[in-house]
Amino acid sequence: MRRKVLTAEHLTQIQAIVATGRVLTDESDLFSYSFDGSFGTYLPDAVVQTKSVDELAALVKLANREKIPVYPRGQSTSLSGGPLPVKGGMVFDLSVMNDVLEVYEEDLVAVVSPGVLTAAIHKAAEQRGLMYPPDPSSSHVSTIGGNLAENSGGPKGLKYGVTKDYVIGLEVITPEGEIIQTGGRTVKNVTGYDLTKLIVGSEGTLGIITKAILRLIPKPQQTATMMAIFDSLVDAGSAISKILSSGILPSKMELMDQASIVAVEQYEPLGLPTDAAALILIEMDGHPLALKAETEQAAALCQAVGAREVRIAKDKKEEAELWKARKLVSPAIVRIKPTKISEDATVPRSKIPQMCERLQEIRETYKIHLVVFGHAGDGNLHPNIICDKTDEEEMRRVEQAVTAIFKAAIELGGTLSGEHGIGTMKAPFMEMELGAAGLDMMRRIKHAWDPNEIMNPGKIFPVPGQKLELS
Amino acid sequence: MDSTQKQLREELLYDKTNNCVQCGYCLPVCPTYVAFGKETHSPRGRINLVKMVGEGRITNLSVLEEPFDYCLGCRACETACPTGVEYGAILEATRAAIVRRKRFTVPVRILRKSMLKKVFPSRKMMNLTGDAMWLYEKSGLKKALRTSGITKALPFHLGAFESIVPPPVSPAERKRAPGEVKARRAKQFTIAFFTGCIMDAMFHRINQLSIRLLSEAGCDVIVVQNQTCCGALHAHSGEMEEAKELAKRNIEAFEKVNADYIVNNAGGCGAMKVEYGHLLASEEEWAERAKAFSAKSKDISQILALCDLPPFNPREERVTYQRSCHMTNVQKVSKEPIDLLKRVPGIQFVEMDQAEMCCGSAGIYNIVHYDASMQILDEKMQHAKATDAAIIITTNPGCLLQMKLGVEREGLSQSVRVLHLIEYLAEAAGISVPDEN
Repeated sequence: MRRKVLTAEHLTQIQAIVATGRVLTDESDLFSYSFDGSFGTYLPDAVVQTKSVDELAALVKLANREKIPVYPRGQSTSLSGGPLPVKGGMVFDLSVMNDVLEVYEEDLVAVVSPGVLTAAIHKAAEQRGLMYPPDPSSSHVSTIGGNLAENSGGPKGLKYGVTKDYVIGLEVITPEGEIIQTGGRTVKNVTGYDLTKLIVGSEGTLGIITKAILRLIPKPQQTATMMAIFDSLVDAGSAISKILSSGILPSKMELMDQASIVAVEQYEPLGLPTDAAALILIEMDGHPLALKAETEQAAALCQAVGAREVRIAKDKKEEAELWKARKLVSPAIVRIKPTKISEDATVPRSKIPQMCERLQEIRETYKIHLVVFGHAGDGNLHPNIICDKTDEEEMRRVEQAVTAIFKAAIELGGTLSGEHGIGTMKAPFMEMELGAAGLDMMRRIKHAWDPNEIMNPGKIFPVPGQKLELS
Repeated sequence: MDSTQKQLREELLYDKTNNCVQCGYCLPVCPTYVAFGKETHSPRGRINLVKMVGEGRITNLSVLEEPFDYCLGCRACETACPTGVEYGAILEATRAAIVRRKRFTVPVRILRKSMLKKVFPSRKMMNLTGDAMWLYEKSGLKKALRTSGITKALPFHLGAFESIVPPPVSPAERKRAPGEVKARRAKQFTIAFFTGCIMDAMFHRINQLSIRLLSEAGCDVIVVQNQTCCGALHAHSGEMEEAKELAKRNIEAFEKVNADYIVNNAGGCGAMKVEYGHLLASEEEWAERAKAFSAKSKDISQILALCDLPPFNPREERVTYQRSCHMTNVQKVSKEPIDLLKRVPGIQFVEMDQAEMCCGSAGIYNIVHYDASMQILDEKMQHAKATDAAIIITTNPGCLLQMKLGVEREGLSQSVRVLHLIEYLAEAAGISVPDEN
């Protein structure tokens, strides 16, 4: 068992600082903050819950002085290990900071504390006819703090961009315990380096976000949904390219391959054709008249490249039915085998057909159960490997397959991670994408911010010789 | 892995925990996570603790005791779970494993022994309980004790509940209850009625109204002899062997009549009955019979929804519905009660926010974890109050009492009524019992 980082003396000091919150140290509590949605169990020495930014800053000062690792955590839905306390120390449970959610309609901004659920922001904006577009599928569970730290995406990334495109200001506790403000309440702001964008997506390695100013936009009046079914993946890929180059920008474009269609049909029959090679789901939003014209145009384009069938939803109910297929993919595939490795390698849009072919080869070479679905419109596929983590031999093959997926994405001009983050598992592949010098620049930034390496250590940067291990 | 570890894994249903991918979708729907604010009191946290025991990282089972003890067992997490984790099964197995290794404090032991093993399963004892309640009220003892303040000093905060129990039924009225009632309009179904133990002792009139309403709706109703407690309270407390015994007695009793459905009016009992199939799956002689019993088990709202109902008088009032968790999450019945309410002309039905959240009653949870339960209830009451409804409908005796307590705690007893769905429908149809016709 790992040696404790915290001494009894530390604990007394921590308890003295946390005057308005709780410090959890029971065994059941430590185990309950030892995991996230990815792999591994790492026990912290203490879990701190407080709404007070001053108390948190004082704790970080103590941690920096005593070299105690600190891990900011939201609701721990991370798929990359972001909140895992890999080196012991203190977990800060920021999900308790959930009470600031102010919408300023005239400025088109929202000010939020990090523990607010992303879905609560969606709701608050919508009540005022506005929209906060980033929509990770976990948004009803995940906190905005976690979304900011990981720069989360979602299906709407295609048209609206991702979390970083909607953050204009932050309040951050630096790894040395100072409270700083970055950016502000204006969309235009070029005063100095853009620290806001540096912090967003830094996976909690550069500081703790304690407040954020988010940009909102007017909510589109209506949505329209269609499903196009194809006999070949390449046709589906060309349909996507054709639509995107025709002047139409859908709000979502989701792809399901044959393996995911079959899995869904076996799980809950929806009347999807299991012999089809792929289907794409397209959602458009905007003015009703524009929507009508664009839907017809998109349907015609799909048919022109050889769609076997195009279904257009007539009302909200039919829209929900079409989307149900996509929603059921995740539950359906885990029925096959218990362990799900969800990757998010992303390629330029035009390379989707090639990426699909490479994935096909990887599936056969390593004899793995690979299901491909995801946000095809922005090149962010989710190849999911369905396996059994208790089968060591299988897991070795899975490790090789994951490595091959990363390699394929980078060779096609893409990236390791579109939206889940690097965390612990993808760290060994950083140099492959960034090169030695590129990675070194990142290390230097990390060192300048966090000289004592206390802020979420063990993430993003590989230790020499680190390899992917899934069991 | 040594054999004790392997055995422990089997005992805790460790294999089922591997279906949890730790996505956290259960967090926002878990009343204890929301109320107590830590992962340790969430379904994902609890499942992880079982995993850790199975993997030998937690060696002392008592580490799991508090988190599992405080679970309401509402199973809202199962409805939210995208991967179909059988949380209820893991919960019951873990509780049973803890109970096997634990010595309870004396008052808890007495409560468990006397209530779970002697009182609930015994028709005689439950009738006696009902009669004692009647005597307590009629003899003036209730008034005397209330005046003296003794009720406030009862253990387990029982005094708090004393003021909300329904008016009891006299022993004579209880004896008059019919064993069989014919359909009062063109016959649709033959129903075997499941009275339930607490329903029958404390809510005898709701049972009688249920039977009347079923007959008015075109059902022959048979009150099956020798039926017993459903065993839900036993299963939820980790007393699995007792629960199985009760299930077998009920299966035998109901096999003696030839009915289309076995119907009850308590969400918690209904949930237990639909799980008999699971409960007895490994017992050769019983598996098929249990499955058949479960398949026939329905909530009364499901049957009434299929029938023509007697005409309702118009009601100009706002009504909200506090769902029974077990009815929603285990029986998967959530639409029918609302559809039935909407059949009453003039009614304004308002859904409360977070309607799917447990009220904190949860069997005997509000007795053994009074403070935690009240914290959850007070949260619930804020949402109930926000609907501005004059009537709160429930479909389970525990919820009925708990919501009455909530109304009392909020000082709303004068303006808000809490009723079982059946009481409300009967009232709207102008049906009352005892009925001399």
